[in-house]
Amino acid sequence: MNTEVTPVLSARGLMKRYGRVVAIDNGEFDLMPGEILAVIGDNGAGKSSLIKALSGAIRPDSGEIRLDGVPISFSSPIEARKAGIETVYQTLALSPALSISDNMFLGREIYSPNLFGKLFHQLDRQAMNDIARAKLAELGLLTIQNIQQPVETLSGGQRQGVAVARAAAFGSKVIIMDEPTAALGVKESRKVLDLILKVRARGVPIVLISHNMPHVFEVADRIHIHRLGRRAAVISPKDYSMSDAVAIMTGAMAAPIAA
Amino acid sequence: MTNNLNALADKTESVDAAAEPARGFAQFDTDAIGPVQKLQRFLHSYPTFVPLIVLAVSLIGFGLFAGSKFFTPYNMSLIVQQVSIIGILAVAQSLVILTAGIDLSVAAIMVLSSVVAGNLAVKLGWPPIPSLLTSFLVGTGIGLMNGFLVTRVKLPPFIATLGTWNVFYALNLYLSGAQSIRGSEIDQTAPILKIFGESLSVFGTKISYGSLLFVAVFLVLWYALTRTAWGRHIYAVGDDKEAAELAGIRTDRVLISVYAVAGFICALAGWSAIGRVGAVSPTSFFEGNLQSITAVVIGGISLFGGRGSILGPLVGALIVGVFQSGLRIAGVDVLWQLFAIGWLIILAVAVDQWIRKVSA
Ligand SMILES: Nc1ncnc2c1ncn2[C@@H]1O[C@H](COP(=O)(O)OP(=O)(O)O)[C@@H](O)[C@H]1O
Ligand SMILES: [Mg+2]
Repeated sequence: MNTEVTPVLSARGLMKRYGRVVAIDNGEFDLMPGEILAVIGDNGAGKSSLIKALSGAIRPDSGEIRLDGVPISFSSPIEARKAGIETVYQTLALSPALSISDNMFLGREIYSPNLFGKLFHQLDRQAMNDIARAKLAELGLLTIQNIQQPVETLSGGQRQGVAVARAAAFGSKVIIMDEPTAALGVKESRKVLDLILKVRARGVPIVLISHNMPHVFEVADRIHIHRLGRRAAVISPKDYSMSDAVAIMTGAMAAPIAA
Repeated sequence: MTNNLNALADKTESVDAAAEPARGFAQFDTDAIGPVQKLQRFLHSYPTFVPLIVLAVSLIGFGLFAGSKFFTPYNMSLIVQQVSIIGILAVAQSLVILTAGIDLSVAAIMVLSSVVAGNLAVKLGWPPIPSLLTSFLVGTGIGLMNGFLVTRVKLPPFIATLGTWNVFYALNLYLSGAQSIRGSEIDQTAPILKIFGESLSVFGTKISYGSLLFVAVFLVLWYALTRTAWGRHIYAVGDDKEAAELAGIRTDRVLISVYAVAGFICALAGWSAIGRVGAVSPTSFFEGNLQSITAVVIGGISLFGGRGSILGPLVGALIVGVFQSGLRIAGVDVLWQLFAIGWLIILAVAVDQWIRKVSA
């Protein structure tokens, strides 16, 4: 790792307890500019908890998080979003009955430039639709239309696409994705992996939480291995095999010192 | 009715899209669907369609069988007038039900607001405008209290509003001594309290200001729900609260605002009710909460939240009015009204359950 480069997002000494369960135990984390960092670990290792702490969805009990080297503390996902950290949650956080366009702008709608926009927060649907269409097209997700259709009429992969496009549209600093391919078939997973590579090509670093070793080894630049609430190792997919990674993850192999 | 038709035209675009889910996207599989699923998806995208059909069929049915008095302009305007109070309450109820809640206190807020306005203006001699403003403060305040109980104290909406219903209905009886304030007294001191009982005569109809208010309230809320960020947030919160929260919506604020606006609308219904009844009557509309829920449910708004158009309850309220009027003119016993409405409720919720299975 190049020590002169400041990580985009980093954490030191994070703690989070749920009653007796220690979900994050002295957690450490570094995301470097422009990279895809995969986070792998057993079920219950604390990956989602770590990611929620980084994205403002939970408040760590203690520890420090830095964005571009500056200490920050988010009390809600809204604050993290304002700082440029977008998250695609495992549950996607889409509203099924609302349209693609309404979902992409949920909570940050564009108001009409007229008096109605000022007074009643009347939506500028035209602008929202145009931008949503452009963002989907940019990621190769949309061939032509129909930005007005409800999200619930989409397939699982399409929904994932909408959630990723939403994050990509607004995530200026970091995009975090929690298990984006877990619920998808082979074809749809392929599509989402391509999406992730397209997002990185635009220069935004990505944190990818995944169980799927082939997916991780295909797209990740570095792999953060999480075990028992903390970072066990960071490895490069070029230097280690998938079975090594699994061995470190389960504790069968000692963690290497550095990546 | 034109408004419904406009909404229908509005919706057809998205319905077309819904029928072919995968068209807009490249490389994802399309699944073939049969006619039953097509109907299911159509109703899913346009839940007001069923109540519209029921309204049309019942209008035609009663027009044919109830006798010539039914289909007169006068009777049509009378039906609208008769459902206007329950209709306004149904708007308040719809807002809350869209968030997956329920408000049992709507009618209690309404009568208490009208008693407050009447007491201040007639008994205490306040000028009418401050009296009315105070009644709006009371209605909105009780709504805020409901919202606070639901979001901060985390009571289920059913329990929170069951409580406030009883509390404020009792307060209403205390403040009024369970006595009406007669119309003649209101006419002398504050006739503006009865303004919504006045009417215009156009082409043989008798359109009361209360009926116009009823339609206006629907239009304003239709605008708010479909055209503003607040409206989108209400649907999102009712659809999936956790998802809405993660997407960055302050869901508790949305809920509190919904209960408060519902309270305000109930106070508006209270003002209109003074004109409709011709007096301030603390014991009228005792079943208003259940009747408003009936209109909402028959109108195709899902009790599970996040689904349905605000125009549905307008249609739902009109269906109830048409049944009441038609059966009365046909000389059928009142109990058959209840019988018919009961089946409509069951049918409406069964259809909703079926439609909701569509989410694939
Ligand atoms: N909200 C919560 N309440 C109680 N325990 C929780 C909660 N969230 C996570 N945990 C616990 O914290 C541990 C880490 O969970 P999680 O972060 O979801 O792991 P992962 O995403 O790696 O599967 C687990 O033991 C889990 O049961
Ligand atoms: Mg997880």
